[in-house]
Amino acid sequence: MRNRHAVAYWTGFSVILLLLIVAPLVLPEFWRRFLTEILIWGLLAMSSDVLIGYTGMVSFGHSGFFGLGMYGAGAALLLVAPPNLFLALAFGLAAAGVNALFVAYFATRLRDIYFAITTLIFSQIMYVVIFTWTSLTGGENGLTFRAPPLGLPGVLAAPFTPQTLHWFVLAVVVLSYLLLRRIMQSPFGMVLQSIRENEARTRAIGYPVQRYKIVAVMLSGLFAGLAGVLYAIQNRFAAPDFVFFLVSGETVIFNVMGGIGTLVGPIVGAGFFLILREALSRSFTEAYLIPVGIVFIAMVIFMPQGLLGFARKWLNR
Amino acid sequence: MQDLLDIILIQTVNGVVTGMILALVASGLTLIFGIMDVVNFAHGELFMLGAYLGVVVFATTGSFWLALLFATLIVALLGAALQIVTLRPLIGRDPLTTILATFGVSLVLQNYALWQFGPVARNIREPITSHFTLFYLEYPWYRIAIAALSAGIIGSLWLFLKYGRYGIWIRATIQDRVMAQAMGIPVPWVYTAVFAIGAGMAAASGVLFGPLVGVNHAMGLDWILKAFIVVVVGGMGNLGGSILASIFVSLMEAYASIWVSPAQAVIASFVVLILTLLFRPTGLFVPTPK
Amino acid sequence: MSAAPAAAEPLVRLEDVHTYYAKSHILDGISLHIGAGEVVGLLGRNGVGKSTTLKTIMGLVRPSSGSVRFEGREIGGFAPDRLARLGIGYVPEDRRIFRLLTVMENLRTGLDRRGVMEARKQELLAKVFEYFPVLSERRSQAGGTLSGGEQQMLAIARAMMLEPKIILLDEPTEGLMPRMVSQIGAIIDVLRRDGVAVLLVEQNVPLTLAACARVYIIEKGAVRHHAPSSELRASDAVIHQYLGV
Repeated sequence: MRNRHAVAYWTGFSVILLLLIVAPLVLPEFWRRFLTEILIWGLLAMSSDVLIGYTGMVSFGHSGFFGLGMYGAGAALLLVAPPNLFLALAFGLAAAGVNALFVAYFATRLRDIYFAITTLIFSQIMYVVIFTWTSLTGGENGLTFRAPPLGLPGVLAAPFTPQTLHWFVLAVVVLSYLLLRRIMQSPFGMVLQSIRENEARTRAIGYPVQRYKIVAVMLSGLFAGLAGVLYAIQNRFAAPDFVFFLVSGETVIFNVMGGIGTLVGPIVGAGFFLILREALSRSFTEAYLIPVGIVFIAMVIFMPQGLLGFARKWLNR
Repeated sequence: MQDLLDIILIQTVNGVVTGMILALVASGLTLIFGIMDVVNFAHGELFMLGAYLGVVVFATTGSFWLALLFATLIVALLGAALQIVTLRPLIGRDPLTTILATFGVSLVLQNYALWQFGPVARNIREPITSHFTLFYLEYPWYRIAIAALSAGIIGSLWLFLKYGRYGIWIRATIQDRVMAQAMGIPVPWVYTAVFAIGAGMAAASGVLFGPLVGVNHAMGLDWILKAFIVVVVGGMGNLGGSILASIFVSLMEAYASIWVSPAQAVIASFVVLILTLLFRPTGLFVPTPK
Repeated sequence: MSAAPAAAEPLVRLEDVHTYYAKSHILDGISLHIGAGEVVGLLGRNGVGKSTTLKTIMGLVRPSSGSVRFEGREIGGFAPDRLARLGIGYVPEDRRIFRLLTVMENLRTGLDRRGVMEARKQELLAKVFEYFPVLSERRSQAGGTLSGGEQQMLAIARAMMLEPKIILLDEPTEGLMPRMVSQIGAIIDVLRRDGVAVLLVEQNVPLTLAACARVYIIEKGAVRHHAPSSELRASDAVIHQYLGV
């Protein structure tokens, strides 16, 4: 029974992967870019799922990690010439990682809503600092920089084309997914899920719950930072808007819409939200976020397991 | 030196004034949380809508006091409707869902305001424009008036809870909602009423505060963050604590803005929160930690 | 077998009621009835479902199957506040008075109902203060400052404020001193005199047999034995068999 599910799953996975690989060759540039963005936001949402879906902790501060990944990459690309992809990744991940460590240390002492608010506050602190420290971060205007070439400078450096950029992003997202999936199914991941199910019992059994939570937050923050780096490379700018709370809120929306605890669900959720927003912005040019918000509220009430959960139930009939 | 003392004096009064408004916002939030375990993410937007409605009613009638009255009533009704439509279906579910639902509501309300009123800030004229002398400095009467009004509204709430017939229902429900139901108290309607009261109070704060800054669709977030901080620092569900915390946090911010810009002064409140969470997580002003 | 007149529809009737708590099967086809003004007892060991039976009647637990009727009307799934207004009073185990409300405010939660004249409210208060003078003394004190016995009296008085047709009493003598036990017996007598039915869940067998006309013995979520108290008083064997006392 499980094998049949696994086969069906991986077949579906491969089909979609194939479609995503072929996409940039057939789609017009606008939609190609749109798709790449879905992947990047999906990665951000997936990183948040580690906390919401597997550890049972809602973070409202993921914009902090995302933004720092973005600014870190920007810093690398501006400070070091020639612009170096790996350095951008390193700087971005380091920035996000340090932030994650800091947030993890304070926020994991608290549960539920206090945790969520603390993560929100920390991301707002980041926002205020970035917004006001104009000399370092460009303040309101942010930073602009050039995209690095794919490859090592000096050895092989091919500038990104829209297609290769898309494939690069796709590769990173897929690898992240596989890696996170592996981690969540490992003993470590099992403990996280046990914390979500019943934290008191997990602690009673003898697990150092707070330590696990800290690692979970760091893992989540790093992958969120990775998404930020990708965004910086694709768009070649970093702006404080991306550190603002709204990004964190949208991340949670992607999670809920797609289905928490599934890793792929959030990517689907991101896609659904962005497509919905795009479609509605054509009919309701100004007020399009209102129906989007209403759809979201309706989903929270009537479809709490998200699109993926709903599809799963429907297929199992 | 004299100048610094002057500024500190003025900032103290400013801090208390802002603190009273924040107390009005936070009381509603605390009440809602205390009675139904709902963290109302949309509370800031109710504040913002109150401010906008104040602008509209004022523009139509020219009376600030009518603006205050109508904005409060309309938003209270809106709050009741929101609670019935979006929160009642979620009773008994994971608390995460109410946070998400109210977050969704805040998105809808914010964008509604953006759509209806546009992105440019609006102004309400202060109803009292004269100044008085505070010691030897000039200080606007209006600010004192709003502090007094806020205190009055909070005081009325306290009296209602303590002596009003429905106040007893509310207090009983806060303590033991199951037994309250077993005593015939229609708890679902108590929830709706409390949500409406909280919403009304947020709206009133918005109207009172409106003349001090511009009114714009995004003003909610700042206030909800501050209100959250206050609710935590004051002790979740503790009305008296949240009032003290409001004044404390606002004073900290007022003093901080002597030296840094207001945008950065906000960090003062964050620091207070972090320190509270580290050392007195049940609340700074809660008499004995549970 | 039943001591009550069989022709009239009883005040409360449970028929084959099943309830679950997560995966545990708590009530397993329980059937019983209480007539108007009757005092009926529920005996049984710990954990057999006695409290759950009361909670099911009060609407605090939803039956997954079976019928719960009050005055002939199906009430399964009704909200507790509606049932309180219809005339069911509930005095839970561990009393659960509102600790931060004064004694008077506790009473008012039951007294402040729609359609009750102020005069009637004063009458009810006077009556309850007559039966429980200590409550009158302490009327402005917070509920949490009362002793265990006083809290029990408050819990019963509070339910009486609803002018209910039946009061569900869950282990009222638990944790009380022996001389308070006889007071509980006296209160139950008062209720019977006033025409209020009582469903009494108890561990205290002598009190139950003295106060109740009929007794159901519950085991594993269902009725195993049902007899008038006179019969059970006459022979220890049944009580011994099911309760081991």
